[in-house]
Amino acid sequence: MRERLSRALDVAGPLIGLLVVMVLFAILVPDRFLTAYNFKTVATQTVIVGLGAIGMTFVMISGGIDLSIGSVIALVSVCTAVLLRDGSSEIVALLGGVGVGVLVGALNGLVITRAKIVPFIVTLGTMGVARGVAKWLGDEQTVRADAGWLADLMKKTPDPGWLLLAKGVWITLVLAGVMTLVLRRTVLGTHCFAIGSSEPTARLCGVHVERVKLAVYAIGGLFAGVAGVLQFGRLTVGDPTTAIGLELDVIAAVVIGGGSLAGGRGSIVGALLGAFFMSVLANGCTLSGVPTYVQEILVGAIIVLAVGLDRLRRGA
Amino acid sequence: MSEPLLSMRDVVKRYGAVTALAGIDLEVRAGEVHALVGENGAGKSTLMKVLSGAVKPDGGVMRLGGAPYAPRGPDDALRRGVAMVYQELNLAPDLTVAQNLLLGRESSRLGWLRSSEDRRRVEAALARIEHPELAPDRRVADLGPGARQLVEIGRALVEDARIVVLDEPTSSLSAPQAETLYRVIARLRDDGVAVVFISHFLEEVKRVAERYTVLRDGRTVETGDLAEVPVAALVEAMVGRSLDEVYPTVPHERGAPILTLDGLAGEPWPRRASLTLHRGEILGVAGLVGAGRTELLRALFGLAPVKDGTVTVAGVTDRGRDPRARIGQGLGLVSEDRKEEGLSLTRSIGENLTLSRLPSRLGWLDVGAARRAAARWIGELSIKAQGGAQVVGELSGGNQQKVAIARLLHQDADVLLLDEPTRGVDVGSKVEIYTLIGELAAQGKAILMVSSYLPELLGVADRIAVMHRGALGEARPTTEWTEASLLDVAARGSEAA
Repeated sequence: MRERLSRALDVAGPLIGLLVVMVLFAILVPDRFLTAYNFKTVATQTVIVGLGAIGMTFVMISGGIDLSIGSVIALVSVCTAVLLRDGSSEIVALLGGVGVGVLVGALNGLVITRAKIVPFIVTLGTMGVARGVAKWLGDEQTVRADAGWLADLMKKTPDPGWLLLAKGVWITLVLAGVMTLVLRRTVLGTHCFAIGSSEPTARLCGVHVERVKLAVYAIGGLFAGVAGVLQFGRLTVGDPTTAIGLELDVIAAVVIGGGSLAGGRGSIVGALLGAFFMSVLANGCTLSGVPTYVQEILVGAIIVLAVGLDRLRRGA
Repeated sequence: MSEPLLSMRDVVKRYGAVTALAGIDLEVRAGEVHALVGENGAGKSTLMKVLSGAVKPDGGVMRLGGAPYAPRGPDDALRRGVAMVYQELNLAPDLTVAQNLLLGRESSRLGWLRSSEDRRRVEAALARIEHPELAPDRRVADLGPGARQLVEIGRALVEDARIVVLDEPTSSLSAPQAETLYRVIARLRDDGVAVVFISHFLEEVKRVAERYTVLRDGRTVETGDLAEVPVAALVEAMVGRSLDEVYPTVPHERGAPILTLDGLAGEPWPRRASLTLHRGEILGVAGLVGAGRTELLRALFGLAPVKDGTVTVAGVTDRGRDPRARIGQGLGLVSEDRKEEGLSLTRSIGENLTLSRLPSRLGWLDVGAARRAAARWIGELSIKAQGGAQVVGELSGGNQQKVAIARLLHQDADVLLLDEPTRGVDVGSKVEIYTLIGELAAQGKAILMVSSYLPELLGVADRIAVMHRGALGEARPTTEWTEASLLDVAARGSEAA
């Protein structure tokens, strides 16, 4: 019971924050903010960061970090486009794109565990490499291809209409549910928390630390891959310069959702709420005519505030 | 005698609900070596923190040199002449001896170092500990543990300390290094410095110090002249009960051999260690800190690389050498470093308890089984906790250690490797842990126990082997050892025996 309560409190922070901004914008710009269409827009805008945040939650719980997510999304969008352009079917392009994501993630994991270089440096390197490869593949241009049904995934008004939200949103939610179970109910998830809380203890208890880390970065890559394919679906071109700096939004989402850079803490629900919170804030600001620079200042302050409040709550 | 240099009266310190110091009286005179003894958790370290200004007491009176003494922080304490030499060496390895001596107290003018002035201070301090290998320009990283300990003391002398507190200064020193240290201590005493000497080795205490104060459960229980008190009486004063009560004898019988080490060598230690451990046997490993005892257990358990040699458990030799494989073979390790390695302090009791053998099916956790296991061991080992979901870091040291041991029981280990199992544990929990160890032996489990606390080894183990500079000596029946002979072999190696 206590455990449940404490977990519920973990997501209470971002939830309250979310409600506060929603009420605020509902008062400020009710006619534009409080519409079904706007809600669909915000939900769709959350998808890319949200997917990245699911993977990043795993990585951060294990005590690591993945700075390559933005670049991998760009690389995957280009790879997907190239596959389609060269005549592959949508499903092959999708699997190929996701596969590239997993591959880069696994590569991150391999270098981190074999060469024993800290994740920050390794993924900083991959961030550059993946971006470069994306530009190379795309000949420094966007890659045009017929997106086929991949473009439908990110349509705000889905077909069939009873889905209400874009298919990409549902994909994100279903994956979030599955991964929450993996995190809370599997050996892998428990080992992930154990490593992030205290790696020596995990080692002492016979946890295969290297294998788990490899899996964790592969999962991070997997979600960057899914996000990359959906990004392609949204843009309908493969763009090697897309999602620059997105990794920071993803990290912010995880941290606002109760994750810790020191590892051992975090939840997928929290991370998604964090991602949604940032989308709502951006959307509301745009609708109320607040300039982008104010938005940036706000998001920056909120990240620090969220972590500060969390610390206060834990200290009490 | 006039007023003592330092006097503490009824000093109290509480951390939340925990009373660390319940009323300490301490008097230290100028020009004496005063031994401060007590079990782990008796309050020695808290007392030191109060003395050094790192922690503010909640009550009591302290006077230093005839004036009230209430340091605002370590800096202030040092300025008043109270210097600490901590057990963990607090040196910056990449700086030179001179830079370390002066760290944080460099003389300067407008931010620029005044090197000639500093040089003079360093040389004066080093002259007082007269040790030729301590050239001021050597990097500390190039010095051995004995020399580093002297650098620490030198740091205290740069500031002209009137009181120097040494926290287990010889626990990592070889016999000749310790001798050098004793000489330095004697010199300081003759210069009129008051030396407070904290040590676990009572024989050493009797040699080095003139007076003593015994702490127990945060109180001063005894103080007097060391010449008049036998070691056994000191031990009983420390634990507060007769020795028979502290080390309960649970009858157990030695069975078949279960663990055999054959020439096990690590990097750099152990050096070709061989050993046979039987079911129903408690085998103690004594030795100085840094003699390679922990390395022996870690190499054996697969946490440190093995260079050579074999480990055979129940007839099976080295099918795998990582901790997972060792756990599979029936080994389990309780780490000496409970906070960093032994337990994951931010996780729940249940998670800590089951981590080495998670109840699962095809990768999915059996949450119910994990919860039942936690409840079971909390009950069986009478761990004082609110329940399996409570975070381990909230428990007392003794109860934390029980969780660490319970993990081995949950994973059903046949061979328990216990590294300092009673470190940082109160006397009551110690007795429970000793009883538990005895009961486990009676159930046919084999226990390999490393401890720096000799009375504990003598009280609990069936056989004891001593490690000296990475070499494991022959295990002999406990009845053939005394504290003095153990210490002797530990400090000088087996050729001394």
